[in-house]
Amino acid sequence: MLRGLWKLTWPEIKIFLREPMGAFGSVLFPVLVFVIVGRFAGNRITPGNLSANGFLRVGLPVFVSVMISLSGVISLVTIMSIYREGGILKRLRATPLRPQTILTAHVLVKLALTALTMALTVLAGKRYYPAHIDCPIFGFTLALLISTWSILSIGFLIASIVPTARFAQPIGAAILYPMIGVCGLFVPVHSMPPALQAVARFLPLTYAVSLLQGIWKGEAWSAHLGDVAALVFVFVVFTALSSRVFRWE
Amino acid sequence: MGASGTPRPAIQVSRIRKSYGTTVAVADVSFDVREGEIFGLIGPNGAGKTTTMECVEGVRRPDAGQISILGLDPFHDVYQVQNRIGVQLQQAQLQKRIKVWEAVDLWASLYVNPVDGNRLLEQLGLADKRNALFMNLSGGQKQRLFIALALINDPEVVFLDELTTGLDPQSRRTIWELVRGIRDRGKTVLLTTHLMEEAERLCDRVAIIEHGKIIDIGSPEELVGRHCPARTVILATDNAVAEECLRAIRQVENVTRLGSGFTVQGRGDDFVTEVIQCLSENRIRVTDFRTVMPNLEDVFLELTGRSIRD
Repeated sequence: MLRGLWKLTWPEIKIFLREPMGAFGSVLFPVLVFVIVGRFAGNRITPGNLSANGFLRVGLPVFVSVMISLSGVISLVTIMSIYREGGILKRLRATPLRPQTILTAHVLVKLALTALTMALTVLAGKRYYPAHIDCPIFGFTLALLISTWSILSIGFLIASIVPTARFAQPIGAAILYPMIGVCGLFVPVHSMPPALQAVARFLPLTYAVSLLQGIWKGEAWSAHLGDVAALVFVFVVFTALSSRVFRWE
Repeated sequence: MGASGTPRPAIQVSRIRKSYGTTVAVADVSFDVREGEIFGLIGPNGAGKTTTMECVEGVRRPDAGQISILGLDPFHDVYQVQNRIGVQLQQAQLQKRIKVWEAVDLWASLYVNPVDGNRLLEQLGLADKRNALFMNLSGGQKQRLFIALALINDPEVVFLDELTTGLDPQSRRTIWELVRGIRDRGKTVLLTTHLMEEAERLCDRVAIIEHGKIIDIGSPEELVGRHCPARTVILATDNAVAEECLRAIRQVENVTRLGSGFTVQGRGDDFVTEVIQCLSENRIRVTDFRTVMPNLEDVFLELTGRSIRD
């Protein structure tokens, strides 16, 4: 069924890295932000008071991870709409490639780049971060991939309905980035006003952030099965929706 | 087709219809494409050529009607069909930054029995562009790459949609040569064009299509003979009795003075011969002599009352 999947995924990775903004925007930029913020704030803290600084210890790494994930999703929305407008999707579809193979290849590209960016961020963190922080890095990467995979399905729905490639990026950003404000990243969900709490409970990003924060702090996966279930649920619903409204041309 | 050894058509299209909302793109289209011929769907933009072709390719499903390609149904047997046909889509693009060899490699990997991609690139004059990015190719090079991709699986039927639109005359001629080569290797070609010159030079048979309906089908010569039997001779002479002599020819219908000569219109296969004979018998000295043959452009004008360029 997925004949040609790797054959399509590998050139797509190469093509993406050839984009002048591709490699920089979605791989190097998050790493750079991480290093700069870490350095800037790091000068004023020592390992001694690190535990007191919640944002640096948990917030910043999770924030950067969420940014990696969302920029991957927005990039998917943009690429899908460019491919549709340019007739590339239609051309690929007139081959023995199954439609789901074409879409899966793009999800794999985004997940691979998310993992790569994460690895670079961790390496940069080891080098530049003020204190050595122990975190279950493989578990955290897995949590990030699950979150990204889930949010990518929202990206597909957005990609299905944006009218032209020119609008893809702004519309994607306008839908996804505001979620960051109410997902519990900066203000814990339980200390928000009830109305915002209700909103937060509807946002998939809330569950992604909860999962990422928990795993980063070393909590067990069993404590976050609810988050994982919510993310899988989001994936199923949005994939079903976008498979109904997705346009190839 | 009878049992008299006539091969089964490569493509049979029977009364297909396709609408987009309230717009009827294809109203009623039927035609057969014989094995080994270049068959052209010709007509103005928006006539329904591309929709018809995409229905045969299995990319689009018609609202009504039957299509058979290589004896298969393009929708039920879609993956089987796609392995045996090659497709070039109108105004398609590839990823801007994919390299030529990567595209050929990717396409080759999608089919069961691909041909040698390097040889194909050589045949199409793209060997030195192997490492070029798609976005840096010229229009003609892009079209040749699309032909390469359409041929990568050694298809039995090749679809070419508006193949040379937007190309300069030089690239156009090169591509025509390539398409004839495809036919000469025994493949069937279905193409669309709104360029009558292209249809005349390339197609064994054409179907003229307008407003989603086929008006007539035949070889370019047949269509011209059927709908535009009139021939025109333009000659220049200062002989005073020429007009009288020309009017006396049986096949001549009209003689009009044109500057220092005449435009002579008539019909019938012997018309031109008769005019020449008349000139020589009467020892009329001419300084210029041209015959103007009607072409598909005129056929289209005759059939639809408007020029295909309008």
